This record gives sequence, C-alpha cells and structure tokens, in this order.
Amino acid sequence: MTRYLVPLGIFLAIVVFLGVGLGLNPREVPSPLINRQAPAFDLPQLHATDRRIGPAELRGQVWLLNVWASWCVSCRLEHPVLVDLAKTGIVPIYGLNYKDKRDDALRWLQQWGDPYIISIMDSEGRTGIDYGVYGVPETYVIDKAGVIRYKQIGPLTPDVVRDKILPLIRKLNV
Amino acid sequence: MYKLILALVLAVAVLPEGWAADARPTSDNPALDQQVQHIASELRCLVCQNQTIADSNAELAVDLRNQVREQLKQGKSKQEIVDYMVNRYGDFVLYRPPVKAQTLLLWGGPFLLMAGGLFALLRHLRRRRRVVDEAIAPAQLDEAARLLRGDRT
Repeated sequence: MTRYLVPLGIFLAIVVFLGVGLGLNPREVPSPLINRQAPAFDLPQLHATDRRIGPAELRGQVWLLNVWASWCVSCRLEHPVLVDLAKTGIVPIYGLNYKDKRDDALRWLQQWGDPYIISIMDSEGRTGIDYGVYGVPETYVIDKAGVIRYKQIGPLTPDVVRDKILPLIRKLNV
Repeated sequence: MYKLILALVLAVAVLPEGWAADARPTSDNPALDQQVQHIASELRCLVCQNQTIADSNAELAVDLRNQVREQLKQGKSKQEIVDYMVNRYGDFVLYRPPVKAQTLLLWGGPFLLMAGGLFALLRHLRRRRRVVDEAIAPAQLDEAARLLRGDRT
C-alpha cells in the first residue's frame, strides 16, 4: 500500500507547491523601501519649472506619490481612479512624471484631467531609480514623518484603493 | 516562393551583424567597460526578469548600466554599487542571492532533494537484495547450476 501512497504523496506535494506558485505574481517584487524614509530629491515642478520641490517640504501630512508617464499605457487605465480619489480630497496626490517629455506630459494632463497637487519632473529617471521604480505606474503611500508605508506596483484599481490605500491612510492620519 | 525563401535567408544572414552592433560598448575605455559589464552581469533586470542588466536593452537596464558606469567613475567599489542596487530593488536584483534565513530553502533545497533521492535509492537497493536472497531456493540454484553445466537430465 505504501508503495502507492508515497509517490502519490510526493505528487500531491508538488501539485500544492506548483499551485501556490501559479498564484504568485513574479512581477511584484517586495520593495526594501517599505518602512524606510522616502528618498530625498530636489526636482523641478512640471507646471512651473523654475520652482523645485522635495519630500522634505511635504512632511507633516500623509500623501501619495504616483509615478506616471504619458507614454505609459497602464497609466491611462489607472487615471480615472486617481481623478476620483483626488475629488474626494481624502489624500493629496503628488505625481512623479517619470522619464517623460514636458510637452507630452502637459498635454496628457490637459486631455485626461489632472489629479495631482503638483507634478514633479524626473526626466532623467534618477529619482525613479532611488525609489526602486521598475514598472510605471507605481504608487507610494508616505506618512507624516516621510516614511514609505506602502507601495503599489502597477495600476491602482478601485479595489486596491478601497481595501488597501484608504484604510492605511485612515490609520496613518489618526 | 523562391523569392520569399531568398529574402528570409538574406534577412537571417544580416541579423547577427545588427545584434553585434547593438552589444558593442560605446566608450573608449575598455577597462571600464569590462568592469561595468562584470557588475551588470550579476544584476537582474526587473523589467525582463530572466535577463541581467548586461543582457537587456530595456530602458531601465540601460539606465542602471549607466548608473553602474557613473559610480565606477566616482571610484565606488563593486560592493558599494551592489549595495546601492539592493537598497533600491531588494535582494531580488542579485542573480546570486545571499544566504540568509529567508533563502535557506533556496540554497539547501537541492541538497535536501538529493539526500532524499539517495535515501530512497539505498532503501530500494537493500530491499531488492533481500527479495533476491529470499526468492531463490537452494534447489533452484542447483537446478540453475546444472543447466549451466549443460547437464540436461
């Protein structure tokens, strides 16, 4: 009897491992930046290039940093979600315009709406590297002390906003 | 049809040259290029996860290669550059993951599997020997010996 049970057991174990493996998303690499200070930057603003901004100026509030680009297809998908979230006024959203051309970015915002308090221009993508960006769009939740608390890789969906982002913001705002 | 085949053959013949041109380093400092290549070949490209940033032409890989080059020029050591990458992208960026509690199964797993296999093999061999020992009775052995001698009576 064990003669059949042992191979069957091994087979079932492999099935379970492979089954779990199928459910994982290899594109979602856990960020080492969670619970660490948001990397500093000093970059020009998209709408007023003579003015600069960095995370130090945003201390004292919970805010979202959304990495986007006009060339990014999934950003279009995510955009209505951001616009809706901005309308609620629950959390200020700042945009990191990643490796984009200024004209394209401005046109994009004009066309689809601008959910951002300020868009920050990272044309070289250096700040993107500091934040470990590897697939646009990405969204960071940053707390009052300037610590990254959550990173969304890929587009925000209404589900993610409702189940992850909003509860976290409520908790951080207490 | 003939023309199509000819066109395909020509296209294939031309391709490798195009690729080689892509991969050729674009600087006049071969020693630095080699160092960049060496470090880049141990870092994973996160956009195309089964390639190193040395192999990949994804935009992020190009940026990261430039980052490696720049930091080498600033006199940073290999370890400092690797740490820089790990701080931003995590251990996943390393093609050779470090041995830690989290990666113990990754490193030890193959040895565990091999030990399991050896154990199963030994057990199987031992059991088979026992079966062989038990199954052949002395009378049968005599019979076999007789047959081998060519004694058919």
